[in-house]
Amino acid sequence: MQRRVFLASMLAVVVLGALVTRVIQNQYYYFAAYVILQYVVLATAWNILGGYTGYVNFGSAAFFALGAYTSVVLIKAAAAPLVVLVVAGGLVSGLLGLGIGYLTLRLRGVFFAIATLALAVVLQTMFINWEYVGGARGIYIIRPKTVPFFTSYVEFLFAVMVVLAVVAVTVAWWIENSRVGRGLAAIRDNEEAAECMGVPTLKLKLVATTVSGVLMGVAGAPFPYYVTYVEPSSAFNLDYAVNSLAMPMIGGTTTWAGPVLGAVLLGTAQQVATVTISSALNLLIVGIILVAFVILAPEGIIGLVRRVTKGKRG
Amino acid sequence: MADPLLEVHNVTKRFGGFEALSNVSLEVREGERFGLIGPNGSGKTTLINCISGALRNDGGRILFRGTDVTEMPAYQRTRLGIARSFQIPKPFTSMTLLENLCIPLEYAAHARSGGDEAAGDAREILRLMGLESKAHITPAGLSQIEMRKLELARAMAAKPKLLISDEAMAGLSSAEVDDILAILFKLNEDGITIIMIEHIMRAVMRFSERIVVFDAGAKIAEGTPQAIAENKEVEKAYLGE
Repeated sequence: MQRRVFLASMLAVVVLGALVTRVIQNQYYYFAAYVILQYVVLATAWNILGGYTGYVNFGSAAFFALGAYTSVVLIKAAAAPLVVLVVAGGLVSGLLGLGIGYLTLRLRGVFFAIATLALAVVLQTMFINWEYVGGARGIYIIRPKTVPFFTSYVEFLFAVMVVLAVVAVTVAWWIENSRVGRGLAAIRDNEEAAECMGVPTLKLKLVATTVSGVLMGVAGAPFPYYVTYVEPSSAFNLDYAVNSLAMPMIGGTTTWAGPVLGAVLLGTAQQVATVTISSALNLLIVGIILVAFVILAPEGIIGLVRRVTKGKRG
Repeated sequence: MADPLLEVHNVTKRFGGFEALSNVSLEVREGERFGLIGPNGSGKTTLINCISGALRNDGGRILFRGTDVTEMPAYQRTRLGIARSFQIPKPFTSMTLLENLCIPLEYAAHARSGGDEAAGDAREILRLMGLESKAHITPAGLSQIEMRKLELARAMAAKPKLLISDEAMAGLSSAEVDDILAILFKLNEDGITIIMIEHIMRAVMRFSERIVVFDAGAKIAEGTPQAIAENKEVEKAYLGE
């Protein structure tokens, strides 16, 4: 029953996304919505490892950028279509995810977080020095002139991101309600006890880091076509790392709805602030809200709502 | 005499230059109530960490029901039938008691079957442990003895053949110790082999059919509770010369 409701509402989101492109003409909305949806994917991906499994990833930007640069390479080398870019970006970042999964064998807690941060720095340095993809100068990407069914390429990218967001949320929802999700929760609560209770901890952690990596890479794959100019400091921007961590924390890390809520609220606030105040204010907003939530509502908005409704009943 | 359920052959474990276990060998028979005692730091917990797979031993072999488990990860040993409780309770804090038990039920006891069955079994185990009224709260709301019972209940939920109870009674009152002892006796009657690690002599002496004494990483005595109580070596290990 619950499953049907969830899947139906996910389908409804896709249909709604498609319908919107028939109604709204102002291109700015697609630009803004793309970013928000991209954060839905990133926050959801982060949460599979950070929220469900308890391993904090500070290197989300690395996975995102790796997806973006995989696209750059494929566009330049083979003029590959977007579907191929998304699949390839997911695969490459997924492999990186599998790699950091093995780090969890030795690194826990804050040490794991620092390692992921270091990973982002190392990768960024690599891309700065890789001439083929533009090096530090960056590279221009030319969008295809037309796309079937859509009046503009941005509308098309928006529709793609709607689908990706729905896929990401569905994956998270499935994990959450499966044996895998319960195993991950056991790892988060106490890894040693989980292993002794029959949970194959290493295998599940590898699943979590890989799935998380795949989704982040997928989010980054259409990025070159969105910005049309890719350079390391924008692809590896701190915004991605901070936002994909802050959004689930603010929304709530224990359910799939948390990162979605966090990404929509915070993403929208950032877009509004960019237009009305200044684009430099974004991280400040996130920072202040994050600090407020960590102190006042460590379980996020979802946790807050649960506490209030429970309080009323009890 | 029953076949050995667990065989430990010449197990050695080092932490850097410190030898926590040196050449330890012992056997636990099917259905036995086995006591493991020794002063603090004598290597009891290290040994059961090696048996359960939390640590890998540097030398020697460990056999469970004839299968060499020395190289096996801990979760596979649990699936084979070795379960343990932790000296310092390590509950899954974000889950209710019922969900706590569902983890081993789902992952170890019936690794293949579904979730509904697990919830039913979990309820049954909570009832046996006298925790059924707390099924839907998280471990944060438990008292000290309830926490110990949860540790045992969760180990039981793995449906083990061998249960290792690591100081399940430390810090409990005399009545509470009896409470836990009764549970362990009951489990043993149901056919589960039990290794008890305990500092409370009254409990170990009453419970165990056979006791092994550790000192400084080596086995110094083995025998019935009666024989151990009269052993001069043991007295020396505990009280000094």
